[in-house]
Parts: sequence; C-alpha cells; structure tokens
Amino acid sequence: MVDFNVETRENSHVNVVNLHGYLDAHTAPELEDVFTKLIDDRKFKVVVNFENLAYISSAGLGVFMAYVETMRENNGDIKFSNMSPKIYNIFDLLGFPLLYEFYKDEKEAVQKFNEKS
Amino acid sequence: MKTANNIFEKELVVKSTTDNLALIRDFTKSAAQKCGFTEETIDKIALAVDEACTNVIKHAYKFSPEGDIIVNINVNHSKMTVSITDHGSNFDPSLVPEPDVKKYYRQHKIGGLGIYLMRKLMDEVNFNSVAGSKNQVVLVKYF
Repeated sequence: MVDFNVETRENSHVNVVNLHGYLDAHTAPELEDVFTKLIDDRKFKVVVNFENLAYISSAGLGVFMAYVETMRENNGDIKFSNMSPKIYNIFDLLGFPLLYEFYKDEKEAVQKFNEKS
Repeated sequence: MKTANNIFEKELVVKSTTDNLALIRDFTKSAAQKCGFTEETIDKIALAVDEACTNVIKHAYKFSPEGDIIVNINVNHSKMTVSITDHGSNFDPSLVPEPDVKKYYRQHKIGGLGIYLMRKLMDEVNFNSVAGSKNQVVLVKYF
C-alpha cells in the first residue's frame, strides 16, 4: 500500500511539492527530508499542491511550521494550493490562514511568486 | 443524525510505532461508520484518535517501539467513547498551552497542536493518569 508519496518539480522558477496520500506522524519525516533538500539547494520559493492529499494530521502541519521561516528569511515562502475543504478545515482550526497564503490552484500560487520578483 | 441501534465494544492493541497509525485510523473509522455518523464526523473522530496515539508514541513511549497502545471503543445509545491507554511516562496535558500559531512562528516551536485539535474535533476530551501505571485519554462523540 502506498500511503504517502511526495515529489518535487519546477514550474516557472518556483518549486512545486506534490503530496499524495496520507500525511501523518509516520510519513511526515519524508516531507521533512524534501524541505531539508530544498533548503540545501537554496530553493526557497515553494508551492505545496494538495490536490492528491487524502489526509493530514498535526504532524504534517508541523512540517510547514518548521520550515516556513527559513524560506521567508531567504526571500521565499511556502504557499498552499489545490486544497480540498476537508484538508483546509484542519489548517483553519489551527489558525494557519493568518500566516500562510492559500490559493485555489497551483498556477495562481506560482504567479504570486513571480509577481513579486 | 441516525441514532445507533447497536451497542458494542471493540478493542485494538498495537505496538507504539507510527506505522500503526493507519491501522488505528481504519479501526476507528469502521466503528464510527457502524454508529451512523456522517463522513465528516467519522474523519474528525479518526483524526482525534490519530492525534492521541501520536502523542502516546512521542511523549509516553518517547518513540520506543515496545510499548502497547490500547484503543478501546465503546458505543451505547447516546455516544461513542474512544479510550486510548498506555503504560508509558506520565503526561500532564494541563501543562500544554493552547497553541498560538503566530507565537509558534516567532519561537520556531512545533508541537502541542494535537491536543488542541482533539479538543476542537471531539465533544469531550478527558485525561486520566495513574502515576507509574498508566495514562488514558478518553474521547467522546455524542450522536
């Protein structure tokens, strides 16, 4: 059973992280590894595409909290796109909309980065 | 909301490893489905139970894989009660402050989100701890 999968690609000089499956305390370390590599490669502009994510727990949300400041300190950010209402509700319960930008689709989130630069 | 017309009790005992979280969620969802909860409520209960068990693995057993997590589900005419018991280190949830995402951002702090989520997702969340013996989290959802 593939319970979680994460892949990265570039879209107009922005790094897109695609999430698939179930993101919990078991699978969150895989996502941490991806963010660590992005920082090592000095890739600070990140859009996380949630289209294929079925589930998230606070262990998954914690990953975004742990890495966002490094991205912002380096003129980047972590922006979210394609989130289902079910997943958005969890982010909303924890107050994430105060500190993170959410976009309906990936293109819009990528454009937002390119507007600024 | 359809009222459950069946009364039942189920128990799952698993080792304290994160790869068991999916199994624990499936066990919880299948019981919640039998109660007639909506899909949305079933997802909330499964997430709350995941958060409770994640806390047990991280805090009570400190990632040691040898501990037991006992998930007991009891359904009666009015509610579904999920009790999560462990025999790890004592844990005082009253010491966990309500998270403030802005403050977390400034302090680079993560964690503490699970208990807050559990309280938001369930109707009741109670912690019982017997020093040197067991910790128990009791999650309740009314029909």
